[in-house]
Amino acid sequence: MANIQEKISALCPSATFDESGELLLVNVPDENWHALAKALKEELHFDLLNAVAGVDWKESLGCMYYLTNTETQEMIHVKVATTDRETPRLHTVSDVWAVANYQEREVYDFFGIEFINHPDMRRFFLRNDWVGYPLRKDYDANPELNPLRLEAEENEDDTYALVEDEKGEIKRVDKKVFGPDEYVINVGPQHPSTHGVMRYRAAIDGEVVKKVDVVSGYIHRGIEKLCEDLTYPSMLLYTERMDYMGAHMNRHATCLCIEKALGIEVPHRAEVIRMMMDELMRLSSHLLSYGCLTMDQGATTAFFYGFRERELIYDIFDKTCGARMSMSYDTIGGVVRDVDPEFVNDVRKACDAIEKAIPEYHKLFSGNVIALGRMKDVGTLSLEDAKNYAITGPSGRASGFHCDVRKTQPYSLYNEVEFDEVVYENGDSFDRYMVRMKEMEQSIKILRQCCDMMDKEGHQGEFCAKVPKIIKLPAGHWYQQVEASRGAFGVYLESDGEGKPFQHPYRIHFQSPCFNLVGVVDLTCKDNLIADLITITASLDYVIPDIDR
Amino acid sequence: MFDFGIVTKWINDLLLGVMPQWLATTIECAIVGVALLLMYSVIAIIYIFYERKVCGWIQCRLGPMRVGPWGLLQVFADVFKILTKELITLWDTDRLLFMLAPYFVVVASMLMFACLPWGNGLQMIDMNIGVFFIAAVSSIGVLGILLAGWSSNSKYTLIGAMRSGAQMVSYEISTGIAMMTVICLAGTMSISGIVEAQKDGWFIFTGHIPAIIAFVIYIIAANAENNRGPFDLPEAEHELTAGYHTEYSGIHFGFFYLAEYLNLFIVSGIAALLFLGGWMPLHISGLDAFNNVMDYIPSPVWFLGKAFFMSFVFMWIRWSFPRVRIDQMLKLEWKYLMPLGLFNLVLMALCVSFGLHF
Repeated sequence: MANIQEKISALCPSATFDESGELLLVNVPDENWHALAKALKEELHFDLLNAVAGVDWKESLGCMYYLTNTETQEMIHVKVATTDRETPRLHTVSDVWAVANYQEREVYDFFGIEFINHPDMRRFFLRNDWVGYPLRKDYDANPELNPLRLEAEENEDDTYALVEDEKGEIKRVDKKVFGPDEYVINVGPQHPSTHGVMRYRAAIDGEVVKKVDVVSGYIHRGIEKLCEDLTYPSMLLYTERMDYMGAHMNRHATCLCIEKALGIEVPHRAEVIRMMMDELMRLSSHLLSYGCLTMDQGATTAFFYGFRERELIYDIFDKTCGARMSMSYDTIGGVVRDVDPEFVNDVRKACDAIEKAIPEYHKLFSGNVIALGRMKDVGTLSLEDAKNYAITGPSGRASGFHCDVRKTQPYSLYNEVEFDEVVYENGDSFDRYMVRMKEMEQSIKILRQCCDMMDKEGHQGEFCAKVPKIIKLPAGHWYQQVEASRGAFGVYLESDGEGKPFQHPYRIHFQSPCFNLVGVVDLTCKDNLIADLITITASLDYVIPDIDR
Repeated sequence: MFDFGIVTKWINDLLLGVMPQWLATTIECAIVGVALLLMYSVIAIIYIFYERKVCGWIQCRLGPMRVGPWGLLQVFADVFKILTKELITLWDTDRLLFMLAPYFVVVASMLMFACLPWGNGLQMIDMNIGVFFIAAVSSIGVLGILLAGWSSNSKYTLIGAMRSGAQMVSYEISTGIAMMTVICLAGTMSISGIVEAQKDGWFIFTGHIPAIIAFVIYIIAANAENNRGPFDLPEAEHELTAGYHTEYSGIHFGFFYLAEYLNLFIVSGIAALLFLGGWMPLHISGLDAFNNVMDYIPSPVWFLGKAFFMSFVFMWIRWSFPRVRIDQMLKLEWKYLMPLGLFNLVLMALCVSFGLHF
């Protein structure tokens, strides 16, 4: 750590440091930020931008940038802030880490911070005619300001950029997203293959896609804003409503983050149960992903095969958690209740059934000559781009990116079980698909080991640690990531240490993997056919509520 | 083998006994027309149910089970629903063409339907260029699809129609060549003639390797011409929502749907006609007892059985394979199927001229 600190102060003397938190915090003035960002990436190899969390600290507005060196897995975070609340402006780093493009648009959407030199300053989730910036502490939530508008916004093609010239003067340049000659088709928001209310505007030339513009926010619920008015235990409920196919992992991450802040040790039994639930969730998610990918390519039968085995997992959830979809099972300090007496047996049976079914899936779809023709060399994502766009999870690993949080930053008991990180090389749609199929086998392997652990634990045991009735976090901020079904799911939690009698989070930011996945749709679909757009988006396998948090 | 020509002749004589020739012909035409429409709708109902059950079976499901015993009345309920639905006409569409398009598609399939050899002496249109006529009228359907796509004034339908134009025009060549191969073997274009030529053995058995190649080419090309999976690109639900008929509702959509199922029956029927002997029973030369037993099965049962079997093969293909992409589809036709078909035609001509077939 000290080493990095020295190097950074050599690069940027105006940076100040704070080592009191879990990670090294670097405070950088905005005018030095862009140069430092470049140096951090190129010289110190902080090539992965995990998360950008905008925060309103009342006296100032700014962003927290979480960075990872993917070779050494060192993490630091950088705080950049401005005291100007009227026209807050920061410099963009979207030219350094491409993922920052959409992340900064999100920050602009919620905090009104304009990013200088950002190519496309539009709101990401909210309508263009929205009044105010909702996550600011001085936001006016008066419904008369933002009534329920029944008409489509007129100027959805308009955007602008703030361009800084050599003298440091900032000029506003108005732009259009699509030119007048482009033939734009609308894919979504109501479309069979966008897997939810996602909308792409694709400029096409014949059947060839030239450019894709992502229009998001059709089911944006403002979960981060909602959480700011809830206590920690009740806030957990919302985490499952983001990626519903990674409900356990999302909740797990949030619980871990709060437990880290409180310093609670989770009982061994609870850890095992949590891990098993995570892996079952991953299995179910990958089965669904198999079904959707095949169906999007017209192989409807394969879809039903995937759903057949998925039902077994849902039965297990139903028995133990009492619900099939939003399980609400993890809680701060452990899990809500002990598992069903037949749980371990059921898991073993489901593992056997799925293991038997996987060769069937391959027989039906993977080896099919049409399927190979549709997926091989379609939508190739290079390793460099995967890091640049922070594509984690199965999609990142298909490009050869070692990004499995279970391996890189083990949490729970993942360093006690034996499993392989599935990594492919080509980064095309077929590899993304194959990573998921192989990961199912690894999940089964983990589950079997966990079943043995549960046998040692016995039928009953301590499943939740002692936690205070009213949960209050000390002042500070924490970041926790877990490997969700679709990539690294991060939780940024900031507490001001105040609040009576109940405490609400001061700021909570969920860094969802799917948000980054839509960032590469334009990159991967360019110069492919319309049919490939569907294949690529299906192989990226995002979940819309996870994007529109 | 019972010849249904006796029945038709008897009706003809009966009518001529009480009325002049022109009136008798008019009445006969009316009877045939009504019979055609009736068969058309009955086959459609059977096929919708058939496809749903087969699809359910392949996908580990039961298929429709709730309306009526084994879901038998589900199709009727659906037909009733489609008939009562509003016909939505959109702004800025070409109203006339928009309305006309579904009829083109249905009429094209009805014309083909009328050519099928239902049984011994049971055939509505039997001209000396029967197969050629089928190939000709099948192209009218493309026109309907193109019109539907163009007149809807929607980008999805236009892309669907463009794909359909490219696809159906391409694959018609291969179906045509496969048909020509059989004509070469049969020595006639007349449908009854082709059936008659298969008296001593179906072409798939007697025609040697070229007949089998032609059969495979025909199955692939007919599937594509029919817009069924894996070649359902004009519809391509997951890309273009519903392709060329996205903007249609009510019975106008119903017509497209109907025509699709009937086309499935028709291409199966033509496959049965060209390669499996039409209504001709299975005859093995030398086994007279066996042949006589086979003759006791009525000819319409033979024809329908073969057509249903072929349809099952088409459904099997549809529910097993993913959809091909437009460039792959065109590549398959122009680079592989068509050259192979032409080569096969030459091979067949050699076989026939040197008498190498059975």
